[in-house]
Formats: sequence, structure tokens, C-alpha cells
Amino acid sequence: MSEHKHKSFREENGSYKGVFAWIFSTDHKRIGLLYLYAIVSFFLIGVLLGALMKLELMAPGKTVIDPATYNAIFTLHGVIMIFLVVVPGLPAVFGNFLLPIMIGAKDVAFPKLNLLSWWIYVFGAIIALSSLFMGGGPPDTGWTFYAPYAFKTNTNMLPAVLGAFILGFSSILTGINFIVTIHRLRAPGMTWFKMPLFPWTLYGTGWIQILATPIVGITLLMIVGERVLNIGFFDPALGGDPILYQHLFWIYSHPAVYIMILPAMGAISEIIPTFANKSIFGYKAIVISTLAIAFVGYFVWGHHMFTSGMSGTALYTFSLLTFLVAIPSAIKVFNWVGTLHKASIQLETPFFWAASFLFVFMIGGLSGLALGALATNVHLHDTAFVVAHFHFIVFGGVGFAFMGAIHYWFPKIWGRMYNSKLATSGWIIFFIGFCTLYLPMFFLGVTGMPRRYYDYVEKFHGPNIVSTIGSWVLILGLIIIIYNLIRSAYKGEKADKNPWGGRTLEWTVDSPPTLENFDEIPVVNRSPYDYRKNLES
Amino acid sequence: MIEQTTKDASTFVSQVDGAFVFIFGISILFLVGITAFMVYYILKYRKSKNAEATHIEGSNTLEIIWTVIPTILVLSMFYYGWSGWKSQTEIPDDAIPIKTIARMWSFTFQYENGLITDTLYVPKDQAVKLDLVALDVLHSLYIPAFRVKQDMVPGKKTDIWFESEKEGEYEIFCAEYCGLRHSYMTSTVKVIPLIDFEKMTQIDSTALVNNNTVVDARQAGISVTRKYGCNACHTADGSKLVGPSYKNILGRSRVVIQDDEEIEVIADEDYIRRSIYEPNIEVVKGYEKGLMLSYKDQVTEEEFMQLMDYFKYLSGQ
Ligand code: HEC
Ligand code: HEM
Ligand SMILES: [Cu+2]
Ligand SMILES: [Cu+2]
Repeated sequence: MSEHKHKSFREENGSYKGVFAWIFSTDHKRIGLLYLYAIVSFFLIGVLLGALMKLELMAPGKTVIDPATYNAIFTLHGVIMIFLVVVPGLPAVFGNFLLPIMIGAKDVAFPKLNLLSWWIYVFGAIIALSSLFMGGGPPDTGWTFYAPYAFKTNTNMLPAVLGAFILGFSSILTGINFIVTIHRLRAPGMTWFKMPLFPWTLYGTGWIQILATPIVGITLLMIVGERVLNIGFFDPALGGDPILYQHLFWIYSHPAVYIMILPAMGAISEIIPTFANKSIFGYKAIVISTLAIAFVGYFVWGHHMFTSGMSGTALYTFSLLTFLVAIPSAIKVFNWVGTLHKASIQLETPFFWAASFLFVFMIGGLSGLALGALATNVHLHDTAFVVAHFHFIVFGGVGFAFMGAIHYWFPKIWGRMYNSKLATSGWIIFFIGFCTLYLPMFFLGVTGMPRRYYDYVEKFHGPNIVSTIGSWVLILGLIIIIYNLIRSAYKGEKADKNPWGGRTLEWTVDSPPTLENFDEIPVVNRSPYDYRKNLES
Repeated sequence: MIEQTTKDASTFVSQVDGAFVFIFGISILFLVGITAFMVYYILKYRKSKNAEATHIEGSNTLEIIWTVIPTILVLSMFYYGWSGWKSQTEIPDDAIPIKTIARMWSFTFQYENGLITDTLYVPKDQAVKLDLVALDVLHSLYIPAFRVKQDMVPGKKTDIWFESEKEGEYEIFCAEYCGLRHSYMTSTVKVIPLIDFEKMTQIDSTALVNNNTVVDARQAGISVTRKYGCNACHTADGSKLVGPSYKNILGRSRVVIQDDEEIEVIADEDYIRRSIYEPNIEVVKGYEKGLMLSYKDQVTEEEFMQLMDYFKYLSGQ
């Protein structure tokens, strides 16, 4: 009996064999890993496409691909990175794996629904990707599918939005599951304010997922109405308004950005106290700012449309709201840095990722201020500056947090340690590559280079060369990191329960955890980040 | 020569750049300051230097301070951004209107007297208002040196105004993705003295179109293709772009698709006329329908004849 109990979830196959024991498993940990493998595969494809674009942009004129291919590639790159990588991203992988353990539960509230969300995700991914190839020509609309161009070209608009809707459905199910899990399954004694911060951000994200995704459904219905019944909603040829499409698109896609970034902030809030050996500074302030971001983030979508021809009142209202949403993000940064004051910091790879997250996230956020102000937005909108900004936020924010998270929870998930020197050198190369790749794009944008540009005039040449070289450095770092992690998952030294000295509940269970996580549901009677010695165990 | 951006390229520049300096200044200050704090803490409190952390859970005073200060700063940024932008919406009454038409993948500019150019001419020290029209998909008129940008939306009129204070040439880009040749959808704005501008736009336009040394009929045809942006999709050297090349266009037989049927036609004057005024009835096989829009009410009969002369020349006739 007790023998059985201590088998890890990786060995516990249930009634299936081989891959089926994974793709039909309702264990939240296996589902988390299924998402991980799917997402990482899509991510790598996306990176290759990105690198190809950078190669093309290394010199003016044709370098390696023609314009049709370039346009198809940035569309695919955007669709993959946004809808298949960062939107599911941290919640689907680390939320699934860790949420139940961190709140002292054996699984999520609805394990079968959870497996269903993964299947829906895979199904939606197939629809979304194949739609791009179903029309006559290459998919070349950009991930925003703006009307009327997206309707005019041969690409297949309907299945693409259908794919987004199906993917959104998968998010809704995950969102509902997490919200119910958090409400119902917290361990005895774990009051709301004794809950760790990563679950808190999953909670905020869950609500956004539930409330925002139906907009995609509505948009889809309207597109069906327009394409099939010829009711003019968006297409001016039918008397519709292309701006209406932009509103609907961003009402969903802007909150989607917060779906991405909140859990990333949550992961950083776990990593910093563990390696600082010290309680997080301003726990409540971080919780409140999480909820504030989730709420205000709902009302800022218009800042994607300052030059579209909206009314003046709408313009400055959206500008003002955009500035308001910057405040809670700033508060978080101050609290994270504040945590380091009088700490006792272990310099390990996950901490390096977290610290560099702070740096790139600040650049992303601060560059957003220039985009939020009307006068400067007009100049910067739809230029390389925006491309740099969102890569700093999305890739810098979510990507660095993801990297930090995987290095932080690696011993828990695989029960082994990675080579720390290799991991750190991978990080530094990646970090240098990242900055070399994207910082020049700020400069390009300020000097006027529009985005989605296959070719450019000579004055933009210099910064583009630097940026392309950056992409090579970044990829080198990525190869080192991935090599190290894959190798260590098989050959790394065995890790014990709590290699970093973390205080949240996942560090009290086996590495890797058993099928039911806990032999006995723990009772919680202290704050999640109390590092005082006398409280040991 | 394209000018690098200068302060008096347009009256907006100083205000917008003021907002830039303010926002970037504060941003860089914060970035450097917070990063410095972080690095200092990491060095000072690393485990080998500080084995024991001090238990601190937070500080309400600090939370209030670092909520209030950023709030004041971002509100002032909002204000700067708003005030620097407001003047862009207040179009002066005496602004000279220029109709600006965007289509895949060219801009054309039409002045009060009917003159049409592919380069935007504007007078110095005089407000100009561009009435923006898009014929096919979204485009966006962007003049980085003037700090202005406005999307051009089919089925909806938008406008933009500016006043340049310095003679010179500045780049125009299309900033909203509009398909295959989006990155080639560029033009130039030339700021010229008011007298020259008036000369150009007030006397009879037909006299002016070809005033820059019309060498022969060929030259006139080339000017027409430039003026209407035909060269965004067509070449004269035989290479295929988005549409077929004009080289050897006449007298050659081609397969066109009309009502889903393939028909063979020999290109003559009538065919060319239909190709320009009703391009989507017969669509040359292998090319996409709907890309070329009709030039009805734009290309005049005289211009059409000039095009024909040009095509004849290119077909060895
Ligand atoms: C947006 C791209 C685009 C622009 C701008 C454009 N065309 Fe076209 N044109 C095409 C395409 C695509 C075709 C082939 C399909 C068809 O027949 O409609 C074509 C076909 C033609 C043909 C028939 C060619 C043949 O070999 O049968 C002529 C003549 C022509 N265009 C002239 C012009 C002229 C003159 C202009 C400018 C006043 C112009 N086009 C502007 C895209 C364009
Ligand atoms: C090695 C990594 C990457 C490289 C080299 C790269 C490069 C690029 C380039 C060159 C563009 C085109 C910009 C333009 O057209 O002006 C682009 C667009 C984009 N990238 Fe990336 N990128 C990378 C990673 C990512 C990641 C991780 C994400 C998401 C998290 C992402 C999301 C996007 C999006 C959404 C677009 C916009 C696509 C569009 O305009 O339709 N990229 N990227
Ligand atoms: Cu355009
Ligand atoms: Cu364009």
C-alpha cells in the first residue's frame, strides 16, 4: 500500500499504456506536461520563423525570401506565438502542474474537463493552422486579420476565427476549472490571504478568460453573418465598418495580453522570495494590483487604435485608462525589488531569470508609456517601436518568466537537477541576444520605420544588422538551455524535495510528486512566504 | 535629397518631441534607478555576504509613496501626450485641402485645380489639410518628419493637417499593413515656397502635368503610370510583379477568365481600355482578381491615349 503511494506520477500509468497513458490521463500534472510539450514545439517553430524574418531584414532588398513568403511568415509567426504559445502559456503548463499542489489539493476540481481542454486546444491549433493554408494564397493578413484586407485576399478568414474561438473555449474551460479549484479545494487553514501569489494570478487570469473569450464567439457569428448572409458588419463593400472589427478584435485580444502577463508575474512572485530567503515585500499590495490589472485591463483596448479615426473623446479616455493600468504594474516592480532589501540571496539560475525579467519587463512597460500618450503614439504606432515594445512585454515578460519557472520547478517536475553552470551560461547568452535583437527596433521605430516591412530604405540598415545578429545570439542561448534541460531530465542528479528552500506547499511533496500529490492533506497556518528560522517545519 | 528630421519640419515637431523627451526622460531615469537598486541589493545581500535575511513583510508607507508618485508622473505624461496631440485635431479654417487617395500600393494627391501628382507638394508656412480616401483596404499615411500619421479607411473619410516650416523633401510611408507590396507603398512630400505652390495649383492643370520636359510620347505615358501608381503592380521590363508586364503587351494573345470561362483574346486598344476601366471583368489567367481597381473617372481620355502610345512603343509598334 505505502509502496504504491510513493510511486511518482510519471510511473503511474493507470489503465492505459505508452502515450495513451499520457494523452488520456486526467492527472493535472500529466496534462500540464502535455501542454508543455505542445507549447514548446509551437514556440520553436515560431522562433525559426522569427529568425527567418530577421535574416531577410538584415539588408534592404531581397535577402533570402520574397515578399509573399515574408508576409506569410509574419502572419504564421504571430498566430503561433500569440494563440498557441503565450495565451495558454504559463497557466496551462505551470498552472496545471502546480496549482493543486500549491493550494494543497489532490487535483483540480474537474479533472476530466481539464483533459478535455487540452484536446480542445490541440483541435483548435489544428484548425487555426490549417485555415491558414486552406485559402488559395499564402496566409498574409497578419495575426490581427484586419478587415477588409483579410476578407479580400484568398485567405480563409472564417476557419481562422473559428480556430481562435475553439482555442478560446479551451481557455474558458481551464479558467472555470481553476476558479472553482481555488474556491473549493484550498487546504484547511489556507485563507485567501494565505494563498501563494501564483494561484492568485491564475485566479485573476481565469476571470479574464471567462469574460473575454465570448467576444471572439460574437465576432465569429458576425463574420458568418457577413460572409454567408451578406449582412454588412465589417466590409465597407457591404456597407460595414472596418473599425468595428478592430474594436471587437482588441476587446478580446487586449485582455488576452493580460491573460499572458499575470501568471508570469505570479511565477516571478514565487521565485524571488525563495531565492531571497525572505518574505515577499507587500504581499497584499501585489494581490490587489493583480486584481486591478485584470479589471482595468479590460477597458484599454482602444489604445491599439489611436490613429484609426476614432472620436477624440474616446481617444483621450483610452489614453488615460492606459496610464492607469501602468500604476499597478509599477507597484509590483517596486515590491519585487523591495523584497531584495536585507535579503540573503542565493544566486541560482531561476533567480537570474527573475532579475532579468524585472529589467526587460521594465523596458517593455516603460516603452508602453510613450505608446499610451497620444502625441507620441501617433508617431510610433505601427512602427518597429511597437514590435520592440510587445516583444519586450510578451517575450521578455512571459518568456523570461517561463524560463525562470521551468528552471525553478524543474527539480519538482522531473525529480532531477540540471547543470547549473550550463543553465546560467545559456541564460546570459540568451539575455544578451534578446537585448541585441530588440533594442535596435526601438531606435528604428523612433526614426520612422513602419512594421510589417519586407524592405526598407537605406537609413534603417545599420540597426537592422545589429538586430539580426542578436537573433543568432538568442538562438544560441536557447539551444544551450534546451539541451541542458532535456539532458538533465534523463541524466541529471536526483533532486530532493526542496532543493531551493522554498516555503510554498509544492516543496513539501515528493519530487516528482506522487499521483495524489499529498499522502495527507496539509493544514496551513502561516503566510506562504514566511522564511523565519524558528518556523522551520 | 530626403531631409533628416528637423525641428521645424512641421509645427507639430517641437510639441511631440517635447512629450518624447519628457516621457523617455522619466522612463530612462526609472529604468536606470531601479536597475541600479536591484544590482546593488544583489551584490550587497548575496548569501555569501549576508547569510541571514531580515524578516520584513512590507511597509504601508512605502506602498503609498510608490503608488502616489507614479500616479502623478503618469498623469502628467497623459497630459503632455494629450496637449501635444490636441493641436493635431484642430484644423485651421484656411488650411488648403488636398485630396489624398490610397490604393494598393500607391498614394496619389489631387489639388484644388484637379492636378494629380504621385509626390505630395505642399507650400511652406501654410496649413494643409489632407482629405484621406482609401479605395481598397486599410492604409495609413505616415510622414515621420512631421510626426503625423492617420489610417485611411475604405468607406470612411478621415483627414489630417500640418504646416511645414522648412523647404525640403521628406518621406511618406504607408504604416498600415496592406498586402504584398506594403513596404513599397512610399512617396515623398516636397515643401515648396507658397508662390510656386500657387502657380502649380491655380493655373490650368492640363498645362502643368507634363511641364517637366516632355521628350516624347513615351515620356508622357510613363508619367501617367507614375501618377496613378500603376508601377506598384506592373513593370515595363517583362518581369511579372502583381500584374503582367506592359512589355510586348499589344498584339499578343492571352488567356483571360470571364465569368469562370477561359477565353483567348488578342490585346488591342479596346482590350486595354477595358483592362483599365473595368479590370475585373476579364482577368488575365494566373493573376488575382480584385487587385486592380477601375480607373474610371480618373485616367482621362488624353492620358489613355498617352498610355497607348507608351504601350505601342513597348510592343515595338
Ligand atoms: C494593385 C495592383 C495594380 C495596379 C495599381 C494596377 N494594376 Fe493593372 N493589373 C493588375 C493585375 C493583378 C492585373 C491582371 C489581372 C486582370 O486582368 O485584372 C492587371 C492587368 C492590367 C492590364 C491587362 C494586362 C494584360 O497583359 O492583359 C493592363 C493593361 C493594366 N493592368 C494596366 C494598368 C494601368 C494603366 C494601371 C494604372 C493606371 C494599372 N494597371 C494599375 C494589378 C494592378
Ligand atoms: C527568436 C525569437 C523571435 C524573433 C526573432 C522574432 C521576430 C519577429 C519579427 C521580425 C517580427 C516582424 C515585425 C514586423 O513585421 O515589423 C515579429 C512579429 C511578431 N512577433 Fe516575434 N520574434 C520572436 C519571438 C516572438 C515571441 C516569443 C512572441 C510571442 C510571445 C512573438 C510575437 C510576435 C507577434 C505577435 C508579432 C506580430 C506579427 C504580426 O505583425 O502580425 N515573437 N517577430
Ligand atoms: Cu498601404
Ligand atoms: Cu501599407
